[in-house]
Amino acid sequence: MEIDPALLRGLTEHRYSRRDVMRGAGLGAGLVGMDVLLAACGVKAKNAQPSGTSSAAATSSSASGAGSSAAGSSAGESASASASASTSVSASESASATAPAMSAFWQEQKLAHQLNFANWPLYIDQQTVNGKTVRPSIEAFTKETGIKVTYKEVIQDTGDFFGIQQPVFAAHKDIGYDLMVMTNGIYMTKLISLGYLTELEPSLMPNFHANADKSVQNPSYDPGNKYTMAWQSGLTGIAYDPKKTKREITSFADLFDPAFKGKVGMFADNLDLPNFSLAGLGINPETSTPDDWRKAAAKLMQQRSAGLVRKYYTQDYVDPLLKGDIWISMAFSGDIFQANAGSDQLKFVVPQEGGVIWTDNMCIPAKAKHPLDAITYMDYVYQPEVAAVMAESINYITPVDGARDGIKAHAAKAAKPADKTALEALADSPLIFPSADDLARVHHYRSLTPAEEKEWNKIFQPIYQS
Amino acid sequence: MEQDLPADLPVVAKRRRSARRRKTLTPYALIFPGWLWLVLFFVVPTFVMLSLSLQTGSLEEGYSQTFHWSTYSDALTTYRPQLTRSLMYAVLVTVIALAVSYPMSYWIAFHGGRRKSSYLLLVLLPFFVSFVIRTLSWQFLLSDDGILLGPLKRHGLLSQDFHLLATSAAVVGGLVYNFLPFMALPLFVALERIDPRLLEAAGDLYATKFEAFRRVVLPLSLPGVFAGVLLTFVPAAADYVNASILGGTNTTMIGTIIQSRFLINNDYPLAAALSFILMAVLLAGVLLYARILGTEEVMEAAAG
Repeated sequence: MEIDPALLRGLTEHRYSRRDVMRGAGLGAGLVGMDVLLAACGVKAKNAQPSGTSSAAATSSSASGAGSSAAGSSAGESASASASASTSVSASESASATAPAMSAFWQEQKLAHQLNFANWPLYIDQQTVNGKTVRPSIEAFTKETGIKVTYKEVIQDTGDFFGIQQPVFAAHKDIGYDLMVMTNGIYMTKLISLGYLTELEPSLMPNFHANADKSVQNPSYDPGNKYTMAWQSGLTGIAYDPKKTKREITSFADLFDPAFKGKVGMFADNLDLPNFSLAGLGINPETSTPDDWRKAAAKLMQQRSAGLVRKYYTQDYVDPLLKGDIWISMAFSGDIFQANAGSDQLKFVVPQEGGVIWTDNMCIPAKAKHPLDAITYMDYVYQPEVAAVMAESINYITPVDGARDGIKAHAAKAAKPADKTALEALADSPLIFPSADDLARVHHYRSLTPAEEKEWNKIFQPIYQS
Repeated sequence: MEQDLPADLPVVAKRRRSARRRKTLTPYALIFPGWLWLVLFFVVPTFVMLSLSLQTGSLEEGYSQTFHWSTYSDALTTYRPQLTRSLMYAVLVTVIALAVSYPMSYWIAFHGGRRKSSYLLLVLLPFFVSFVIRTLSWQFLLSDDGILLGPLKRHGLLSQDFHLLATSAAVVGGLVYNFLPFMALPLFVALERIDPRLLEAAGDLYATKFEAFRRVVLPLSLPGVFAGVLLTFVPAAADYVNASILGGTNTTMIGTIIQSRFLINNDYPLAAALSFILMAVLLAGVLLYARILGTEEVMEAAAG
């Protein structure tokens, strides 16, 4: 595959991180709030049944030509072909031969050649060419499948997005997007348990079965990948400016060093702050108890009262870190890689006590208008070549095996030495391809029942909202 | 003649009657869009919110009406610090904004001369840039080693630990900056209406400059002060952008709490109750203020 030189140029330039983009900061939030409220009035429990039911049948209609050399060649066609030929028994002898037949829901779907994609800002390969934003991987997808993609950077925060769309979901209406990217955690659990997502069809995701990394297969928040496929993952750890801290940072306890009084940044959220702190105290968040939560909260409260924390940041901690307003902060791995482009001012570590790994997931909202187009795209990005192109821009952890080899191959072919160095740095970066040692120390978010969530929020929110 | 009358009379009378009816209906027709707007976007949502604030439940189980009034007392006890802080900030902001904009508006109104409108434009100019962007640029200007504090620190005029961002002062300062025009404009309008000859007359009656200001200008400008205080105090108390961009650890305002209870916790009853509490407190404050200032007199002064 040819690489667009503009893409390579884009790699070496500083980009803003997606989490770094200022949140809409609520100019219209008053209106939004009113809207939510109006629609929420009289919300009834709706454990709507998922759109796709997986009735088991013996015959297989798997279309898995996965991982063949014709990677991605008309994934859409094969999808629609298998959709129409659901009753004919496939001769496929692949591993998925035992998979159940496609559900009635998926049999009825036809390609609409249109996909409305809701994603986070700057979370895909993109550059500006002649004043226009170009996304090569999306363009390639449209070329191969004929599916037009309307790509919108509308998600700034999983909780906010969920909160704004919740009334629409509850009313069993189409939210206007066929595909959205949501972080695992409290809101992913809600989306699944409230029936707000479309159940996926395993036979339509051959590339996923062939190339998905073990870490994103069968995740605890979505057993069997019934509703989601990972988009990217990232680590929550500590970032610091070595010139300011004047020493190496290795541990969670360093966030409590009196020498950094007023120069520590922590997160203002109910996912990373609690889970990361639990991990920092040597507690596995996933199996933590309310007593552990209180213990972690007490520790954080003590850090706050001592005047160590300058501020609890939402997504805007990178800039103060670069400017020296804070010296050490909780941080997301990809943000720091991007902030460092061109310099090596900041360092990122997974504390020795432990860090947190999260995964952003592609999922199809219930009542989406074009689910077949959506699942076609979801599977499309699970080709190593496509994943490599995207990983070179996104700088988070790619869920696709083989993407690293793709990047290395691009580096070998790169025309300019600067591009070659940049791509090699990327392929060797522990932030993008974390070491096994790092991965052994990271934990997943705690999943919470509604009652637990109430208590959790009650314990942790007073720390960053006071 | 007499024969013509019976034929014409009913028509004329009808026309007259319809003209009269039109006359009585016109004011209602004129006010109708305004009422409709208020009913649709204020009265209905207010009742929906009231109903919501008394419900109990969760997103998963659904919410049902239980007239659970204790949500209000819970909200008040849990978030009293943030509520008090918001009101304190709002009072401070209003006082500072008034102190800054009164002399400014006075000067523009009485000494602006031909360039009055240019000066007004200068006051309004920041409004041409988005609220959030303006606040973010303060974040940039005030950063610890930034272009303002950096040089002062290097010359030893400020201690190394000094910082403005992440303090209450930064939040109050940001609020004053953002709401200043809301104070300055009504003040200017009120001061501009004062006939300068009144001041001359006061002088002719042996009033000193100060007496003339105290007994002529100040009372006549009170409607402007009243409007300015309302326009500044109410939005400042509910604002949460300044606190989240310029604030630090102990600067959270009630707006942030309401927003996050809605969108992050999906705890609609609590958020609705908090909104109501804020609304009630603001309303009470405003009524009290109107009482102290004597709204009727203010309005009379404005009319006169």
